[in-house]
Amino acid sequence: MQDELIIEPGKAEKNYWADLWRFRELFYILSWRDIKVRYKQTVVGAAWGLVRPLLTMLIFTFVFGKVANLEVKGGAPYPIIVFAGLLPWQFFSAALTEASNSLIGNTNLITKIYFPRLIIPASAIIVSLVDFAISFGLLLAVMIFYQYLPPIQILMLPVFIVLAFLVAFGAGLYITALNVKYRDFRYIIPFIVQFGLYVTPVGYSSTVIAEKYGEQARFWYSMNPVVGVIDGFRWCITGEPIYVPGLLLSIVVCFIFLWLGIWYFRKTEKSFADNI
Amino acid sequence: MAAPVISVEQVSKKFLISHEAPERYKSLRDVIANNAKKLVGKSNRNGHLSREEFFALQDVSFDIHQGDRVGIIGRNGAGKSTLLKILSRITEPSQGRIRIRGRVASLLEVGTGFHPELTGRENIFLNGAILGMSRVEIRKKFDEIVAFAEVEKFLDTPVKRYSSGMYVRLAFAVAAHLEPEILVVDEVLAVGDAQFQKKCLGKMEDVSKNEGRTVLFVSHNMGVIAQLCNKGVMLSKGKVEYEGNIKNAIDKYIFSALEAEVYQPKPSNKSNYFSKIYTTSENGEIVSDFPFDEHIVLNFEFNLQQQVNDLVVGIGLNDKYNNRVFTVFQDVSYFSQGNGSFLGKLTLPKQLIAPNMYSWDCAIWVPGSDIYDMPRGICPIKIHDNGTDLARFEGTDYGNIILQPTWSRG
Repeated sequence: MQDELIIEPGKAEKNYWADLWRFRELFYILSWRDIKVRYKQTVVGAAWGLVRPLLTMLIFTFVFGKVANLEVKGGAPYPIIVFAGLLPWQFFSAALTEASNSLIGNTNLITKIYFPRLIIPASAIIVSLVDFAISFGLLLAVMIFYQYLPPIQILMLPVFIVLAFLVAFGAGLYITALNVKYRDFRYIIPFIVQFGLYVTPVGYSSTVIAEKYGEQARFWYSMNPVVGVIDGFRWCITGEPIYVPGLLLSIVVCFIFLWLGIWYFRKTEKSFADNI
Repeated sequence: MAAPVISVEQVSKKFLISHEAPERYKSLRDVIANNAKKLVGKSNRNGHLSREEFFALQDVSFDIHQGDRVGIIGRNGAGKSTLLKILSRITEPSQGRIRIRGRVASLLEVGTGFHPELTGRENIFLNGAILGMSRVEIRKKFDEIVAFAEVEKFLDTPVKRYSSGMYVRLAFAVAAHLEPEILVVDEVLAVGDAQFQKKCLGKMEDVSKNEGRTVLFVSHNMGVIAQLCNKGVMLSKGKVEYEGNIKNAIDKYIFSALEAEVYQPKPSNKSNYFSKIYTTSENGEIVSDFPFDEHIVLNFEFNLQQQVNDLVVGIGLNDKYNNRVFTVFQDVSYFSQGNGSFLGKLTLPKQLIAPNMYSWDCAIWVPGSDIYDMPRGICPIKIHDNGTDLARFEGTDYGNIILQPTWSRG
């Protein structure tokens, strides 16, 4: 007897994770499509992945380092410190933006074909991960330029990359699901991204918060899960000491977001085809 | 009998129609505003934000067995697409349950997920994966797909530069090479040029008849359905109106058409005139849509007030360009005696008038003399193809009558 499929209201739950595995090939191919399409018909192609972070780094170095004079302690050159914060931030903001628009952009698939919808925002984030890899290559180049040798913690970096992915994934799922129902969110995202740049230690170090407003403030500051990610990156790349309670709080918040994102996405997923 | 491969048990799908917001999506502002209104109270109670339940499907049940080729037919809005969407798991039913045994592939659209920037080759892999084929499977069938679509030369051109014909051919070719146990197809054959359509139909027939696969097929082209399917499910307003033999289902569908036009003139001072003209099926139902292999009966009631010698009833059938197909006469005295109201019937043979649209001209007159009444272009009828050999050319004009001629060799 072949496998029997039962369609009932609320029945999708049971096979969901198994289905996700069965449709992994679709996941690969959708990610591949997004990456491929992204750089088609652009003159310099993948170089865009380099130009954007490079320019941003230069501007940040100039504005925060020279004009605002926000010098940071630590052995590393200022551009590397900025870059270490910029990298996860750009990944996060790109992933959030891509993921939140992904469902709407794939309306034709959603209304015509069945597959676990989770694949779409996930593959959108993978694209941002490719950009991240390109930028990371740039960081290595900058380190070579300054003849800077990162500390041994650099080996811990993958952990924080995973954390960055999870933060983006959780928030992305939640917002993309909301976006299907309330299209307002496409206007909210750019705002979150813009605003987030200032409440996230990209151009400065989070030790500044502690110095100015005390330890307590820094702890609550880490409610923003990207803070934990960036602090982690800085710790790995520049050796700036990490503030453990803050990191733990960020991780907890990250997992709350992730759980919330998956829960809400799963809850609304069934009606995507009706609402979109 | 073996267990059915698909059994649909009392499936319903309910939509909430909000009468206030016709937009497809809500905006947060509206939600906040409405909630605020609710807080304030009152204003809302009198059905200001009334919502209505609408059943796209209601208590739909049927079984499909291994190797059945089922045509799902019904008017627009009968729930066919919703049913297919539920079967393909795109939306969930609100009630009921469906059991499916076997791998389902659904083809609700040709070229789902095709990306214009990608090349033909890339799109074959993309589309194949979307339709549920594995990479190995696609690679195995790749050459076959390309040959079927006839796009060898353009494999590495982005599909945005394809002609629409090529695009559709490629899309269908991928779909046609799916090998699921159950295939669900929605009206996708209405694509491409006539020659390619024929090829697609051939492929569909091949898949269903020769390979014994179960196929569910939705189309408005009754001729094609009649050729392809052996069972039919007719839906009407979300309910199953008929389930069984495909021919009966199609006849039911055709007869369920919109209201037939009944000619009933306003009172006038004519002395001899038609008071009512309408078309019916053989068993007397007033209809305007006929299957090709059914009798067409024209009923004409006329009123005589003035006795005239040699009075004749003439009836003509016109095609959609208003050219006369035929004209027939009968003496009025055949139907009537003296003054009063009389009913006459004209029955056309089956399988003669070709599938198309026609209308009638009727007249009461004395040849070479007075015309008493002559309504023209009334009671339009539509003849539907339900499986003639010409079905696959639907849309082309092949004349107004279909003959069963005798062929011979010289």
